[in-house]
Amino acid sequence: MSGAEFVPLSLTPMLIGILAAIACALPGNFLLLRRQALIGDAISHVVLPGIVLAFLVTGTITTWPMMIGAGGAALISVLLIEAIRRLGRIEPGAAMGVVFTTMFAGGVLLLERTDTSSVHLDVEHALMGNLESLIWLDARGWQSLLDPVALAGLPSELTRMALTCLAVAIFIGLFWRPLKISTFDEGFAQVVGMRTNLIGLSLVAVSAMAAVAAFDAVGSIIVIAMFICPPAAARLVTNRLVAQVGWSVVFATLSAGLGYVLAGYGPLWLGGQDSVSAAGMIATVSGLTLAVTAFIGPTRGGQQG
Amino acid sequence: MLWQALTLQLGYNATLVAIGAMLLGIAAGVSGSFLFLRRRALVSDAISHATLPGVGLAFIVMVALGGDGRNLAGLLAGSAISAAIGLLCVQWLTRNTRLAEDSAIGAVLSVFFGFGIVLLTVIQTMESGRQAGLDSLLLGATAGMLRSDAILIAAGGALTLALTLILRRPMIMVAFDRDYAAARGLNIRQVDFATMALVLAVTVVGLKIVGLILIVALLIIPPVTARFWTDRTERVWQFSGLIGGLSAYTGAAISASAPQLPTGPLIVLTGFAVFVVSLAFAPGRGVLAAGLRHISFQRRVHMRQGLLALAQGQPIYERYTIRLLMRAGLARADGVATEAGRAGAAKALLDEHRWEILRTMSDQESATALYDGMRAIETVVTRDQLSEIDARLTAPRDVPA
Repeated sequence: MSGAEFVPLSLTPMLIGILAAIACALPGNFLLLRRQALIGDAISHVVLPGIVLAFLVTGTITTWPMMIGAGGAALISVLLIEAIRRLGRIEPGAAMGVVFTTMFAGGVLLLERTDTSSVHLDVEHALMGNLESLIWLDARGWQSLLDPVALAGLPSELTRMALTCLAVAIFIGLFWRPLKISTFDEGFAQVVGMRTNLIGLSLVAVSAMAAVAAFDAVGSIIVIAMFICPPAAARLVTNRLVAQVGWSVVFATLSAGLGYVLAGYGPLWLGGQDSVSAAGMIATVSGLTLAVTAFIGPTRGGQQG
Repeated sequence: MLWQALTLQLGYNATLVAIGAMLLGIAAGVSGSFLFLRRRALVSDAISHATLPGVGLAFIVMVALGGDGRNLAGLLAGSAISAAIGLLCVQWLTRNTRLAEDSAIGAVLSVFFGFGIVLLTVIQTMESGRQAGLDSLLLGATAGMLRSDAILIAAGGALTLALTLILRRPMIMVAFDRDYAAARGLNIRQVDFATMALVLAVTVVGLKIVGLILIVALLIIPPVTARFWTDRTERVWQFSGLIGGLSAYTGAAISASAPQLPTGPLIVLTGFAVFVVSLAFAPGRGVLAAGLRHISFQRRVHMRQGLLALAQGQPIYERYTIRLLMRAGLARADGVATEAGRAGAAKALLDEHRWEILRTMSDQESATALYDGMRAIETVVTRDQLSEIDARLTAPRDVPA
């Protein structure tokens, strides 16, 4: 595989995939420990009606209205879950199930009832993303990395994902102590004067931001998988939170990179002709890493030990 | 058109689908209520997403064997196998690693679904896969369904419903009180397994109608809705089945009445509409009922505190209290007690004194615990006890005018 082929066709999708994976895995660590792991699942379902509504309002598929629609839908779903949980005194899991299925159903119905034949907007796209199409047309090879003209033609998803990833990392870094303390001992955190509700809410907000940004670029399967699998695998490898976060980044990078390569080139090695879904493959690889750690991870221990 | 659909006049297939959907909805509502009572509602989400690789593999195998890859029975068999594997993975991860159940659910859901998508893209590149239409199983599609498929779904719905009804007694017992069920000699693991098998059956039968992403709604929304209407376990599953059947039937009928109305989302949205109505208007647990209860409680507190203030000759500053007292004819607008008000105030003060004495009686602790600042003491103690209390009262004081 030469640079002239790899750089324009595979480098940017791979980087975007890796950045999306890391942006989701970072907050995923805390969600996992707080037993809110399925929030990523819920968010990635509810963004569909937001995106469809944004399309209905603006009539085009442009990034910002879509992101605002998706973010708004995520926010509404969090509020709805909270309202149903409190008003109806229903356990959080069931409240979540009610809200995300309903909003997704609403999104599908809206989508079916509107004419989207002129644009690329359908449920499959929302699920699988379009990682493979985020190519860098201006690149001619490795030397293009130093060429300002070619760099200007980088897909905008790359910059956006990099910024999101950076923002998530900064949030985790700045609020490391409060996040850690309120995750492991909420009572103690309250006693020392931390506003645990606010911390929990901002964690969910940051996760939603990462999910929405990643969703736009890579589809919802990667989002759900990356919120859970790398942190879960990391949890089976270490007891320390710092190490867990570090390992989760490693696993996320590994899944995204390896998954993309396997999807793009695996079928060719097996004698096939067409590539398979990169998003699906990345999720599969992340599942394999989790399976490996579940069998040999040093701290995999059961609930007893 | 809608009326025709609701009364089953849109042809043989639409009728079969509506009836099948109703049977499925009842079965889903009933088996979902056991999941819900065990607080494991979201396990069904993992099961439903885990069906996808089975569908893909079944298609590939059937084509490789020279058959028609779209055979619904074959696809459903494949989906059942992979959903069972997914369920086992969730249970294995929860039992043998330190991961909590929600993480295991999320991991299985996303990985199986991702792998299923990989298989779907493989199928798309296959010769016979171009028009496989397997993605209709993602969101469900009943339009243009083969007659044999419709019969299969109706039969599947009937079968799951029958199984659910047969197995309901042990499942109720386990859902309601695990320890008691174990003490009665039930094998908890087997009952749990049966519950999960039923949920799996519902999921598989529901694939074609509701689609694998939304089937979880049929298992969650009806029991959550039913819970608003009753506190009794038997009633929860009955109501849940009723609500599930009703929303599935209505949703399927609406969807058959016009083109471009996908069945699955309509069933889910119908169920959600019933949920919202219940959340608002159910007696007891509904929001409206809770609001009314709150207002009447507030009123009683204000009346009581107002009467006590009158009794002790304290001025009342709270406008709401004075308004309430005035409306009941107990006080004038300037906060001075009327004749009836003085009597009521004396009674309230007497009550408070009696409660005070009751609190000093060590053998009356359980009666004392009922004190909430509003309850008349006669409703708590017997007449004999009351005269015992009155014997300890100090001389009555006059209520200041």
